[in-house]
Amino acid sequence: MSAGLGARLEPIVIPLCALVATLAVFGGFVALGGHDPLEVYYQMYRGAFGSWFSFKNTLLRASPLMLTALCTALPARLGLVIIGGEGALVMGGLASAVVGIALDGGSPFVVIAAMALAGFAVGGIWIALAGIMRIYRGVNETISSLLLTYIGIALLNHFVEGPLKDPASLNKPSTRHLADAYMLGPMPGLEVHWGLAFGVIACVVFWVLMMRTTFGFSASVVGGNLRAAKLAGLNVARLTIIACFLGGGAAGLAGMVEVSAVQGCANASLVAGYGYAGILVAFLARQNPIAVIPVALLLGGINASGGLLQRVFDLPDATVSVLQGILFIMILASESLYGKIPLFRPRAKAAEAAPKKLAEAV
Amino acid sequence: MGIPECSSVSGWAKTFLFSLLSIAAAGCSKSNASTEPAPAASDSAGAPAAAAAPASTALTVGFIYVGPKGDFGYNQAHAEGAKAVSAMPGVKIREEENVPETVAVQQTMESMINLDGAKLLFPTSFGYFDPHILKMAEKYPDVIFLHCGGLYTEGKHPKNVGSYFGYIDEAEYVSGIVAGLTTKSKKLGFIAAKPIPQVLRNINSFELGAKSVNPEATTTVIFTGDWSMPTKEAEAANSLIDQGVDVLTAHVDSPKVVIESAEKRGIFSTGYHASQASLAPKGYLTGAEWNWESVYKMYIDEVQKGEMAKGKEWKHLVRGGFKEGFIKMSPYGAPVSEDAKKKADAAKAGFMDGSLVIYKGPLKDNTGKELFKADETHPQTDIALESMNYLVEGVKGKVN
Repeated sequence: MSAGLGARLEPIVIPLCALVATLAVFGGFVALGGHDPLEVYYQMYRGAFGSWFSFKNTLLRASPLMLTALCTALPARLGLVIIGGEGALVMGGLASAVVGIALDGGSPFVVIAAMALAGFAVGGIWIALAGIMRIYRGVNETISSLLLTYIGIALLNHFVEGPLKDPASLNKPSTRHLADAYMLGPMPGLEVHWGLAFGVIACVVFWVLMMRTTFGFSASVVGGNLRAAKLAGLNVARLTIIACFLGGGAAGLAGMVEVSAVQGCANASLVAGYGYAGILVAFLARQNPIAVIPVALLLGGINASGGLLQRVFDLPDATVSVLQGILFIMILASESLYGKIPLFRPRAKAAEAAPKKLAEAV
Repeated sequence: MGIPECSSVSGWAKTFLFSLLSIAAAGCSKSNASTEPAPAASDSAGAPAAAAAPASTALTVGFIYVGPKGDFGYNQAHAEGAKAVSAMPGVKIREEENVPETVAVQQTMESMINLDGAKLLFPTSFGYFDPHILKMAEKYPDVIFLHCGGLYTEGKHPKNVGSYFGYIDEAEYVSGIVAGLTTKSKKLGFIAAKPIPQVLRNINSFELGAKSVNPEATTTVIFTGDWSMPTKEAEAANSLIDQGVDVLTAHVDSPKVVIESAEKRGIFSTGYHASQASLAPKGYLTGAEWNWESVYKMYIDEVQKGEMAKGKEWKHLVRGGFKEGFIKMSPYGAPVSEDAKKKADAAKAGFMDGSLVIYKGPLKDNTGKELFKADETHPQTDIALESMNYLVEGVKGKVN
């Protein structure tokens, strides 16, 4: 096997092996619980991908995960671990509801665009705050983004139960409803709302940005070696804040989609855990924006099939969480295998190549 | 590491294309599914169809819960009702727990309808109604959606939707009587999620019950801010106990933590939603419980008789208290005195025959403002009580 092909296959084969190992371990759990693992896997397939109805279910569940995963994946290119997607989603959702209600009467296209912009901007600012604190005050961005989530949820509750409350929403405090004209409908012929398109487009755009532009290259230099990046004259503060803003913006956009395609108003139902699930997706995708798409579909599918597992086998809801947990651990553990499997890195060639490159560089 | 993922993408693209092809080939699977269970037949055949039906056409009923089925609270109360229903002849149930109030619940409803053939759904969380149930009800006019919360509006909501709720504050009033006659410190504690009308009504009724037998009894309220906040609930419980409260109760999704904290600290408690007696064998006095078993059996009876079939007129908004069998009390615990039992039973009898009214004048709120004049009475069915935004005199706490 040539070194090039090996290096290309490695990032596919290792996660696949992790997936297979996950299914084997999970199958063991299921068997211990007295169910036939193959039957369970068949039902999972049926619930997630087996028919158009099931696949639509998967797509709907995957679309917010694509956006919230980007909130972790983009800053991760600079070596930051941001876990505050939930807060950005909530703030973005709240902002878009405010804009949508304030602009009531405007043309639908303009209002929806303004809502999307507001969601993106406010979600972006939310995570940019974590970046700013990191750069200028040395505050750990993981902790600050998590704490910002609590603040975001508290702000949502405050506004929804106070100044922005629709007096008619007695027992479930909510903002006023958006007019029907401003609701994001399904994509033509798909029965899946536009959030999916937003998710896919955002993943592709951010992949191009991070993998094919100078900005993305600079970002990964910062992530690879901060001192080298500074020595090379990169504006680390600017890069960090922009990456955080874009990531948070994606999560804020997910909040806008929740408001305008699903809930129709902002209320506590926005806090549904998409932000946290997005962290899992980002890590499983190894922080690669384009890989976020299939991974989000996989997790969306697992979630979609969870219902069927409960109903057909009477398995507890936690079954799906167990599967996700095993998958997460397997993927993280498999990280340690990169570069250690001789099959992918024929030693002789690697050893030859290194000094040669070094010589060229000198 | 950028490029290689592309090939895994193409794998997904294949799945996607496959799915597209399969619908193209099979025609729209959705329309297949919705015509298959033949709703028209049951329409024309009317009542006897379901009753005489063989087991294969059993009525499939779906129950959806927002939290775990065994939460010692809101969801368990519904799951107990579902369990009773599953024992009825000609009924098959499907359950799903931990379903959030997002597109997930819409998918669960559709999945129950399309994959399990459910004709009757009980999506039980309050937040499922708008927009989720309304959206699905419009899409599936042959399926009946019954929602817990009393949100149905005639003329505005689809005809295949019904809503039910109970006057559980009657049971809180009775709990308050027991608490008022058990407390030594005359300080009762109430841990609640949010200051919304339903919750305020329970707090007020609890205090009014306690005050009716122990005029000096006060109820201190702590709002935790959300429906499921176990850590905050435990902190609130400990803080109230430190202030001298010796009977605790709660209105959150699961009162488990509150009841356990009370038991651990050696004080009394009264329950909510379902029975928490097993969590506090020493200190559990009684509790306000839902009696969904009786409500669900009533509904399924109606459906099996064909009374709720499409085109028929049925009551879309149903409410009730003790009298209608919507609520019940947990059996009295060991610490409850004979006197307390007697007075509590008398109050319950008063609700049964309609002679007891909780909200009547003269009544002030806890800022001293007059709520009702001396001759004013507001029976349980009074719609004004549904938008309650005050705490009555004797309750220590603030509606924000």
